[in-house]
Amino acid sequence: MSISVQLNVNGKSVTLDCPSNTTLVDLLRERLELTGTHVGCDTTQCGACTVHLNGRAVKSCTILAAQCEGAEVTTIEGLGDTDNLHPMQEAFRECHGLQCGFCTPGMIMSAVDLVHREPAINEQVIREGLEGNICRCTGYHNIVLAVESAAKKMRN
Amino acid sequence: MYDFNYHKPGSIDEAIQLFTGAEDGVYLAGGHTLLPSMKQRLASPTDVIDLAGIGGLSGIEDVDAVLEIGALTAHDEVATSSVVQSEIPALAELASLIGDAQVRNRGTIGGSVSNSDPAADYPAGVLGLGAEIVTNKRSIAADDFFTAMFETALEEGELLTKIKFPKPEAAAYVKFPNPASRYATVGVFIARTGSGVRVAITGAAPSVFRSTDMEAALNGEFSVEALEGITLDAGEMNSDLHATAEYRAHLCTVMAKRAVRKLL
Repeated sequence: MSISVQLNVNGKSVTLDCPSNTTLVDLLRERLELTGTHVGCDTTQCGACTVHLNGRAVKSCTILAAQCEGAEVTTIEGLGDTDNLHPMQEAFRECHGLQCGFCTPGMIMSAVDLVHREPAINEQVIREGLEGNICRCTGYHNIVLAVESAAKKMRN
Repeated sequence: MYDFNYHKPGSIDEAIQLFTGAEDGVYLAGGHTLLPSMKQRLASPTDVIDLAGIGGLSGIEDVDAVLEIGALTAHDEVATSSVVQSEIPALAELASLIGDAQVRNRGTIGGSVSNSDPAADYPAGVLGLGAEIVTNKRSIAADDFFTAMFETALEEGELLTKIKFPKPEAAAYVKFPNPASRYATVGVFIARTGSGVRVAITGAAPSVFRSTDMEAALNGEFSVEALEGITLDAGEMNSDLHATAEYRAHLCTVMAKRAVRKLL
């Protein structure tokens, strides 16, 4: 079955037809060519596909495009760009919060939502808040430092 | 995931009609069990009926001695609700322990309870608090709702609309989470109510259940010591690569003791 979906992605209105079984991440990557959002496990575990749906972090591999009718979606591409990095992106660079970089877009999208909704950011809150994102390189230490550092900048 | 017909009805009646007219229909709430099952082809419905367009299925209401939670209310909303935190804090804590942040932003209480996963957290809260499950056509007591692994008293096409939780005198939920998935290897919900202590255990057996032995002991004397020597039958427990039946039986008593300690 083909369906028509209208949604707002990174501030731009998008209308397209797609098969009903299209997931949000497939729509973003395959149709809109926003390949910053990654697919790691495709089973709702690793968090590499995390984007913001109406302002909240979600795993886009486990949402149908059809469920996003009328929604606002923000991907890593909508957060900042090379010349104008978001404070969270800048902090990941400064703190060396990545090695291979595969998990990084999802980590950053989760971390931004976490800082927005948690009144008090500390190591424990960050580690628990990022439980839905898996990194196989860093051991998480520098990711936690990056989020702590970005949280301070985002609050100023 | 196979192709399917997607529907987004605007009312409960329309949803029921669509379900009745479908060859193999399924209701979609948060989709955090359904969509992974469809990807693995464990489920391949012909028609997916998205409930998100139906008004009034989401939200939390404080009605005298009861908290009413709409079926489409996300776990995060329950976890962070000031009403739930003040009236039934154990339920807010339970919701905060489900999965991870992204899952809690999408997964819903109605979806979790209808699915009756043996390792899900909510069934322990629903049974432990003696909640009432409201559907499009009737109200079902929690004691009659969870019938078997992934099975409930819901009839074909019957739609869970909200859950009514009576406020307990006090309650606590303690779980031993699977370290990767955060599903309950064993989770114990204990409530002190006007009509006695209720102990509901999830994760351990094919379906959530009440431990009448523990309830009798705690009604006699509400203390950690009262649970000494109570061992559940390992023959009734699940066994898998995460935990043997014997280990799960052992964890039931350990988690129950911890829950009691939180209430002293």
